[in-house]
Amino acid sequence: MSVKTDEGEIIDGVHYHKHDVVIVGAGGAGMRAAIEAGPKASTAVISKLYPTRSHTGAAQGGMAAALANVEEDNWEWHTYDTVKGGDYLVDQDAAEILAKEAIHAVIDLENMGLPFNRTPEGRIDQRRFGGHTREHGKAPVRRACYAADRTGHMILQTLYQNCVKLGINFFNEFYVLDLLMVDVKGVKRPAGVVAYELATGDLHVFQGKSVIFATGGFGKIFKTTSNAHTLTGDGVGIIWRKGLPLEDMEFFQFHPTGLAGLGILLSEAARGEGAILRNADGERFMERYAPTIKDLAPRDIVARSMATEIREGRGAGPYKDYVYLDITHLEPAVIDAKLPDITEFARTYLGVEPYTEPVPVLPTAHYAMGGIPTNNNAEVLRNNTETVPGLYAAGECACVSVHGSNRLGTNSLLDINVFGKRAGNNAVAYAEKADWVPLPDDPTAGVRKILDHVRSGDGSERVGAIRKELQDAMDRNAQVFRTDESLREVGDLIKKLRARYRNVLIQDKGKRFNTDLLEAVELGFLLDLAEVLVYSARNRKESRGAHMREDYPKRDDKNLMVHTMAYLTGDPESAVASDHIKLEWKPVVVTNYPPTERKY
Amino acid sequence: MASAVAAKSGPIAHGEVPTFPVTIIIRRFDPEVDKEPRWVDYDLQMHGTDRVLDALHKIKWEIDGSLAFRRSCAHGVCGSDAMRINGKNRLACKTLLKDLDVSKPIYIEALKGLPLEKDLIVDMEPFFDSYRAVQPFLIASSKPKDGKERLQSAAQREIFDETTKCILCAACTSSCPVFWTDGQYFGPAAIVNAHRFIFDSRDEGAQVRMDILNDKEGVWRCRTTFNCTDACPRGIQVTKVIGEVKQAILRGKP
Repeated sequence: MSVKTDEGEIIDGVHYHKHDVVIVGAGGAGMRAAIEAGPKASTAVISKLYPTRSHTGAAQGGMAAALANVEEDNWEWHTYDTVKGGDYLVDQDAAEILAKEAIHAVIDLENMGLPFNRTPEGRIDQRRFGGHTREHGKAPVRRACYAADRTGHMILQTLYQNCVKLGINFFNEFYVLDLLMVDVKGVKRPAGVVAYELATGDLHVFQGKSVIFATGGFGKIFKTTSNAHTLTGDGVGIIWRKGLPLEDMEFFQFHPTGLAGLGILLSEAARGEGAILRNADGERFMERYAPTIKDLAPRDIVARSMATEIREGRGAGPYKDYVYLDITHLEPAVIDAKLPDITEFARTYLGVEPYTEPVPVLPTAHYAMGGIPTNNNAEVLRNNTETVPGLYAAGECACVSVHGSNRLGTNSLLDINVFGKRAGNNAVAYAEKADWVPLPDDPTAGVRKILDHVRSGDGSERVGAIRKELQDAMDRNAQVFRTDESLREVGDLIKKLRARYRNVLIQDKGKRFNTDLLEAVELGFLLDLAEVLVYSARNRKESRGAHMREDYPKRDDKNLMVHTMAYLTGDPESAVASDHIKLEWKPVVVTNYPPTERKY
Repeated sequence: MASAVAAKSGPIAHGEVPTFPVTIIIRRFDPEVDKEPRWVDYDLQMHGTDRVLDALHKIKWEIDGSLAFRRSCAHGVCGSDAMRINGKNRLACKTLLKDLDVSKPIYIEALKGLPLEKDLIVDMEPFFDSYRAVQPFLIASSKPKDGKERLQSAAQREIFDETTKCILCAACTSSCPVFWTDGQYFGPAAIVNAHRFIFDSRDEGAQVRMDILNDKEGVWRCRTTFNCTDACPRGIQVTKVIGEVKQAILRGKP
């Protein structure tokens, strides 16, 4: 394996590398950070995949920015939409940064070479997307900058191309499994990370002055998901195991239009271009749930409306268990120019011809609003107010929070660019003045413990079986609708699965490309994160954004317009979640938008 | 069996998915044990909507965890799981079992022409080396002064739209007989990615890339066998694209 990087100094079989800035993850946020950090400081980007395989590339519809290229728009409207879309759990100062810096972020990408679709005047074209409106909700606005229905692919490619141009130092197919935290004069600081090299099974220590986590989401805790197999939340799980908090983990977005039975995403851009959701009777049911913007309501509302239609017997198909996405009224030329990939998905995977037939769809687990709490500088928080010096997070793994309890479509491609850039810049600024944190004695001990546990298992439990039970139960009990009972049920199962996981057995005992071993390690992270999600969800006794509690159907602004902060405490191996998870609240930052009833 | 497989139509509802038997024969190779690759059979019961990737996962998760292959997105956009399926380069996640002839065994092996690492995993570095060598990034000496985007007409963008679809899966390059015999050849994917910038109206580096590809290991090695076009999971007309680059080199401009 001729990895195009230095091998590092090898001591007792462990490779040691030293870089000012160490970036974990090579999706949009990680590479956007690298583009800032690389030219100014010695930078390493470590990814469990080749960078172009990252899931940013699966994003389809667009990237929001109030360019006003095709109609009147401004960043204040975008801020408002983001806050309202997030059901008032958004930190409003962060949303303002997101909306303001969006404009430059899009121009930046164009200047880097991104081939956006164009207007007749040759400017970046824009289209409608869910929850993005003009004049505070009056009508949909064209705010999403796009490149056909592969905007994420274009962003990922453009960022990688620019990393190639800058000669960024990548470590591909290296799994980061531990963050080294060291006490320096009473303050815990990151000294670096430890990675497992897939090709060889070797361990690598990356010492860094600053460390950026840009590790993406963890949709694989669910069965029906648009997420890649590799989205197992390793980064978020590592932070959790270090005793650092995770914020708003109960808020997970279910995208309305996954291909029925498969979960493969059909972009909201379809509805932005005029597609209509219909029930078995052919009725445009969103007119009843969101009279003003109908099919372009935010995702939480559309997903719930779809689920309600199915529950009340108006689902389509022989088992009445899906609804239709109808684009048959669009011109084939428009479909080919603006929605080519998703129409191909429908043809390939369901054998449905979207020109002439409606496409069966169902909500699919899509995006974690919660994650590693950061401030607006992408610095990781260790409690409600204090940061971990030198540690940064950006992208889906992070919670700024710009998405609150429900992210608007096209705000995630924006998030990775705005906060990825901020993370890169701030990490460099920090590294320029900081000293090296000495590595702990035996820095790979933590990773060896994880690997030995999995490798030495002589039990009979299989990774695939435990993972399947987890995913099935999460779909059943913690999806669009939740109750205390459903959450208790899945919580009890997770407790059992965590116990069974201790006896997990793998068959591949080799060193080279041991994906069997890594899937077992990933399952450990999935179980941890599912447990936090369910525990946080049980504790939030209200319905807000993507978190719908049927036993508490109303939003409770008086008591619960606050972020959840979950901490791992006590014995992490203890069986009962309440014995090792502590929950606290963190205030929401409100600037200009007091909460009001959310109508569309 | 055949009828269940042939039942092509809309989605199949939960709990009612017809199953059918299929034999998958995989060319396995464990570098820590095997001197030579060996073919191993697996008899599986699969569903009508299953992809080849689902069959590989079934083997890995239920029969033999040591089977090694790359995958990520599972719907044809990340480019991780290109492999030879019945002798053709395809993405495992984009190839439905029902679209293959499951009355016969399905043969699966790693991509040809790149060093075999383990089972279905090859060393991708030579492939990415060629990609990086064509300067696959926008070369422009200045940015617009007003802090705006560069202008580009829809027609100008359309010229290179095709080649922006590439996901760097290596299906094309590793299907090319020239590449099999001469690993120094840049290969189709690198030329596709050069095309993406040569024909971009905003780019100023076309000449540099055309000089690189005018080399003896460049576009002139292409013998237009169209294997690459057949292999591309994104539907890029790769051979035509290579022809356009050849024409540009002959003209001396895009």
